[in-house]
Amino acid sequence: MSTLTLAVRDSSTMVRRQLKRLIRYPSMTVQLVVTPAILLLVFVYVLGGTLGNGLGGGGGGRDAYVNYIVPGILLMAAATAATGTAVMVATDMTEGIIARFRTMRIYRASVLTGHVVASVIQQLLGMIVLIVIALVIGFRPNATAIEWLATAGLLTLFAIAITWLSVALGLKSPTPEAASNAPMPLVLLPFLGSGFVPTDSMPTVLRWFAEYQPFTPIMETIRGLLLGTPIGNSAAIALAWCVGLTAVSYLWAKNTFNKA
Amino acid sequence: MTNLAIAANGLRKSYGDKVVLDGIDLAVPEATIFSLLGPNGAGKTTTVQILSTLIAADGGTAAVGGHDLARKPDDVRGAIGVTGQYSAVDKLLTGEENLLLMADLKHLSRRDGKRKAAELLERFDLLDAARKPAATYSGGMQRRLDLAMTLVGDPRLIFLDEPTTGLDPRSRRSMWQIVRELVASGVTIFLTTQYLEEADELADRIALLDHGRLIAEGTPEELKRLIPGGHIELTFADTHLLDAARHLLGTGIADPQALTLQVPSDGGVRAIRELLVVLDEHSIDIADLSVHTPDLDDVFLTLTGQHKETTR
Repeated sequence: MSTLTLAVRDSSTMVRRQLKRLIRYPSMTVQLVVTPAILLLVFVYVLGGTLGNGLGGGGGGRDAYVNYIVPGILLMAAATAATGTAVMVATDMTEGIIARFRTMRIYRASVLTGHVVASVIQQLLGMIVLIVIALVIGFRPNATAIEWLATAGLLTLFAIAITWLSVALGLKSPTPEAASNAPMPLVLLPFLGSGFVPTDSMPTVLRWFAEYQPFTPIMETIRGLLLGTPIGNSAAIALAWCVGLTAVSYLWAKNTFNKA
Repeated sequence: MTNLAIAANGLRKSYGDKVVLDGIDLAVPEATIFSLLGPNGAGKTTTVQILSTLIAADGGTAAVGGHDLARKPDDVRGAIGVTGQYSAVDKLLTGEENLLLMADLKHLSRRDGKRKAAELLERFDLLDAARKPAATYSGGMQRRLDLAMTLVGDPRLIFLDEPTTGLDPRSRRSMWQIVRELVASGVTIFLTTQYLEEADELADRIALLDHGRLIAEGTPEELKRLIPGGHIELTFADTHLLDAARHLLGTGIADPQALTLQVPSDGGVRAIRELLVVLDEHSIDIADLSVHTPDLDDVFLTLTGQHKETTR
């Protein structure tokens, strides 16, 4: 069997393993949808009326805010899932089964690929549920089919990037408890960017950070694709971040796994 | 000439300043049980980890299943099965799913995988629990599932790292039975254990590992003969006879209180007969006679004790 067929076959076996585990351990998946869903409802119904008025442009109020917040919520869902992935990877490493895999003639990184692919599938399903909830409470995107497709593509790239990062963080963590803390900052990044309010309302230092951190161009691009706001160079920057983060995290994770 | 399943030369491993393996040589013939016996921290698990490609040795060479360990680790992996000290099952999956996972990773066809899984579940008495998550299994069941998973690809060489540590006596016996069946079918077993009884019971050859060195190697019988401690204990009716016997034999440790004389001997039938003839010729009656052959416990304590003293 060639290396590539071996890699694909073993990786798909590991994806099936991981999907079964996710089904068997559903609280992680539920948490991944529930946490962002609650935030969505709180922000829209409690804060949305006021925050929406501060957005500027036409309309304002709650209706405008639902539209504004969706990209941030989607990324937050991915970041929440990343925490779960880091914990799962760290837990996996404490189990003897990983030592067993290492003594078998299989494609080495397939264990990690299994985690990533299963987690990305889980995240995309979670995002679909969140979009449906948003649509029910007044989210009104004006995207064409191609724009929806581009959105799905970018969200998938982002999910892959953040999941490889969390796999690396999970591998680096000495315990599953530590692994649950490591990706915490990722969950906060939508707040410290253009996820919940426009960056130009922030003080200088924070605004500088908010504009240059990776989540902002991604959120801006999705906002542009779904609602028609200007995208500018955000799309290119977003793609660069996703690809770069994936490459670095993948190598970091693979290296860490092979050394352990 | 018999083929060697494992041939290792001068394996060394250190973690920082701590030398874990200090140059060990191993020769394990095919279709035999080889037991590496030693106390906790002797380096047993490290040896298994090196031979099963989990960690690299700092020095030395080894061929496992006919493949060079350093140059062809993947071929070694294809030839071996490993059941470690810690349960290597996926606890979130059911017993059956765990076996099917192994079948997929061994690249069996779906049909062969299912057949193999069903066969192993039956053989390891796990049919009733097949559809339950492994997390709900008892220690003995997890260990059986663990070994069943190792057997999915029909490996010719199996490493068992302390397979019965923490098991109750009944589970231990059933594990021993399984190991014997495997060897009967031509599989080679490399077994580590800290139980003398287990090595004595199962192994064709035993190597004693202590502080990262092999301090003795041989069949259980050879090892027992290796050390002094075998003696014949004679009991006499009075001190007069005891003294007479001691003068006659010119050797032995007398205990006037208990009226016994311990005569060094390998405890063989011939030695006993000769002793009795000599005593009879001089009309020294004995009240009682007992033979003490050293067991592996003696071997172990004597050898590891000596070793500690020489390294001090």
